[in-house]
Amino acid sequence: MRKVKGLMLAAAIAVAAGAASAQTLRIGLAEDPDILDPTLARTFVGRIVFAALCDKLFDLDENLNIVPQLATAYEWSGDNKSLLIKLREGVTFHDGEKFNAEAVKFNIERHKTMPGSNRRGELAPVTSVDVVDEYTVRLNLSAPFSPLLAMLTDRAGMMVSPKAAQAAGQNFGAAPVCSGPFKFVERIAQDRITLERYANYWNKDEIHFDRIVYVPITDATVRLANLRSGQLDFIERVAASDIPGLRSDSRFKISKIVELGYQGITINVNKSELAQKNPLGRDPRVREAFELSLDRDAIVQVVMEGESQPGNQWVPPGNPFYAKNVPIPKRDVAKAKALLKEAGVTNPSFTLMTPTNTDQQKIAQVVQAMAAEAGFDVKIQSTEFATSLNLADKGQFEAYVLAWSGRADPDGNLYSFLHTGAPLNNSGYSNPEVDALINQARTTLDVEARKKIYEQVAAQVSKDRPIIYLYHRYWLWAYTNKLSGLRTVPDGMIRVQGLKMS
Amino acid sequence: MFTYLVQRLATIIPTLVFVSMLIFGLQQLLPGDPAIILAGEERDPDVVAYLRARLHLDEPLPVRYLYWVGGVLQGDLGESLRIQRPVLDLILEKLPVTIQLASMAIVIALVIGVTAGVVSAVKKDTIWDYAANVIALWGLSTPNFWLGIMLILLFSVSLGWLPASGYVPPTEDLGANLAAMIMPAFVLGNAIAAVLMRHTRSAMLQVLSADYVRTARAKGLAERVVILKHALRNALVPVITLGALEFGTLLSGAVLTEQVFTIPGFGKLIVDAVFNRDYAVVQGVVLFTATAYITLNLLADLAYFLVNPRLRG
Repeated sequence: MRKVKGLMLAAAIAVAAGAASAQTLRIGLAEDPDILDPTLARTFVGRIVFAALCDKLFDLDENLNIVPQLATAYEWSGDNKSLLIKLREGVTFHDGEKFNAEAVKFNIERHKTMPGSNRRGELAPVTSVDVVDEYTVRLNLSAPFSPLLAMLTDRAGMMVSPKAAQAAGQNFGAAPVCSGPFKFVERIAQDRITLERYANYWNKDEIHFDRIVYVPITDATVRLANLRSGQLDFIERVAASDIPGLRSDSRFKISKIVELGYQGITINVNKSELAQKNPLGRDPRVREAFELSLDRDAIVQVVMEGESQPGNQWVPPGNPFYAKNVPIPKRDVAKAKALLKEAGVTNPSFTLMTPTNTDQQKIAQVVQAMAAEAGFDVKIQSTEFATSLNLADKGQFEAYVLAWSGRADPDGNLYSFLHTGAPLNNSGYSNPEVDALINQARTTLDVEARKKIYEQVAAQVSKDRPIIYLYHRYWLWAYTNKLSGLRTVPDGMIRVQGLKMS
Repeated sequence: MFTYLVQRLATIIPTLVFVSMLIFGLQQLLPGDPAIILAGEERDPDVVAYLRARLHLDEPLPVRYLYWVGGVLQGDLGESLRIQRPVLDLILEKLPVTIQLASMAIVIALVIGVTAGVVSAVKKDTIWDYAANVIALWGLSTPNFWLGIMLILLFSVSLGWLPASGYVPPTEDLGANLAAMIMPAFVLGNAIAAVLMRHTRSAMLQVLSADYVRTARAKGLAERVVILKHALRNALVPVITLGALEFGTLLSGAVLTEQVFTIPGFGKLIVDAVFNRDYAVVQGVVLFTATAYITLNLLADLAYFLVNPRLRG
């Protein structure tokens, strides 16, 4: 009898404790995510949801170091052509299936073979996966590939339940089954995505919420109003203009993280015949004059109300791979004019295409005014985003204001944009020397050696100017002051481990 | 009656065929390659090629049209390539939300609009009339998104009475559902109320000067009975027609209002789909609303036919 009473008491305490900690975290997203399948997913905002739903082999820390998550250790082979990964034991997927080496093999192969996979390109150097034992896998590569570990900290490293993935086929994204701290409950398109705490999560002591609800609200003012009225606990991508108001409100806290990506102007230097028809695309001296006419600090002040970091490379100045030999050039209108004179074009005119998004339109206007002082006649062409991408891919532009959300490894900000013939190389830039250096950096695993190579790339690219990098935005987050344990990692993901409401 | 019905139904088919061609054709005029925007930031060439094949983008326009119509005839409106869900599911998910919002808005519009219209007609050229006119003008000239944001700031942020945005299904919590819907419904209803008020006012003024109203008054009927029973009933006919038209428009989605209040209805669905070039969703939703509109129109015609003996012949 006493035993029964004891049990009842224990049960009552457990229920009470459960009720006390039954907490929901409500997060306002700036967009509605796309397919929730790590293999097919294509948007930045989708990755924010994955951060709570799907664990990855590796993760990033605040200083961009690669740290284990589902993996516990790794080791490159002597020739750097294979990567041995030790896996965490005792991890299960949300359907109870075991996470092991077979599951990793299945996932990597799924990424590589599924029709429409957005990961195939990222994992292209991986030729095969060996199951060494239950908790060890080996990824075999066609050549050494330094960005691989960073790839595995993102969607390419996310592991889904093989059983669920096989059963659902192409429709897996409608009800994803991963191994993260939260499992999928429901999704109402454009309204909300609800996740629920996974009781058997391997790191469950770090999880202090029972539910997470992601609410996509595209309008920044409305998103903020929801935070202020208490409908939401957390909002991402706060408008820079709302920061002063939030700072004076003690109910909320603000976090700022320099992004991994950049905001810049891509110049058509060789993409189509348009490049040769205007002085900006034709003559590097004109591009230099254009860059010298710009004041990045002023652009950041006017466009972003100071809530961004000026920059001149594909990674922000604080990044370990920022090339210190190429500092941000100062504005010099006199020199810009002299260069134009030397090039024999005193009044060069070109069209600057910009998507119809507020920040980018503002950039175009500020750039237009600044460049005019050096004698440039910049015509602004505002174009709806999807249309502008199409024109950029076809080379139907002279200069184009475009942002890149950034990748953890510098190669992700570089290769696709500056390597000859790469898919996002809208400027049509082609420099065999730069190609060779970028390729060399890809096969160099030693960080210091890679930095040296990127210094050479930076030195050359800053002369050729296929892209003029302007600044790096801050990820601006606002949240209730009751929330603690927030980690600010430059990839802009909201990590739920350790996050707590007091 | 039977021949009339057959005739009306026969005209629906060519209308729908024409509408479907128009939807499909107009969509092709949108610049930008849907495969490129759907492929996301990376625009991986393999993924673009895969999406082009899924969308049949490399086939000639008439063939693509036939693929789509063929699917539609079998009840398959296609699939959203962005979030990978059947379009029909999305429509059925949004439909109750849109119907509820439209119904609440139209009720609000009728209550405000008809009351204000009657008052201003009866109290013509008094302070009441002027006040009603000013309110109507305000309703017509206030942009929905601005009014929406002001209401959110007042009732949600400052007073904390209502949720700022979002949607709760009525089956989950009716109170929360109404709390979430009242502001957007008011914003939408407010603009329509102004139109209805103007129409009610002019119809009432016309009816009030009719002979039978004078007769009713001469019989010594109470003014309240004359206005509400004799005058208003007749004045309401054009107002109800107008209200029905406005209701139809509301059903096709209220883009800005849904955006501001994050109500997941047709308007938000279609705008997001256009920007993301999610063609199947755009086509599906427009076809669905067009069909609904045509059907409602047919029902209205049939109702006239039943009500008006002169049409029956």
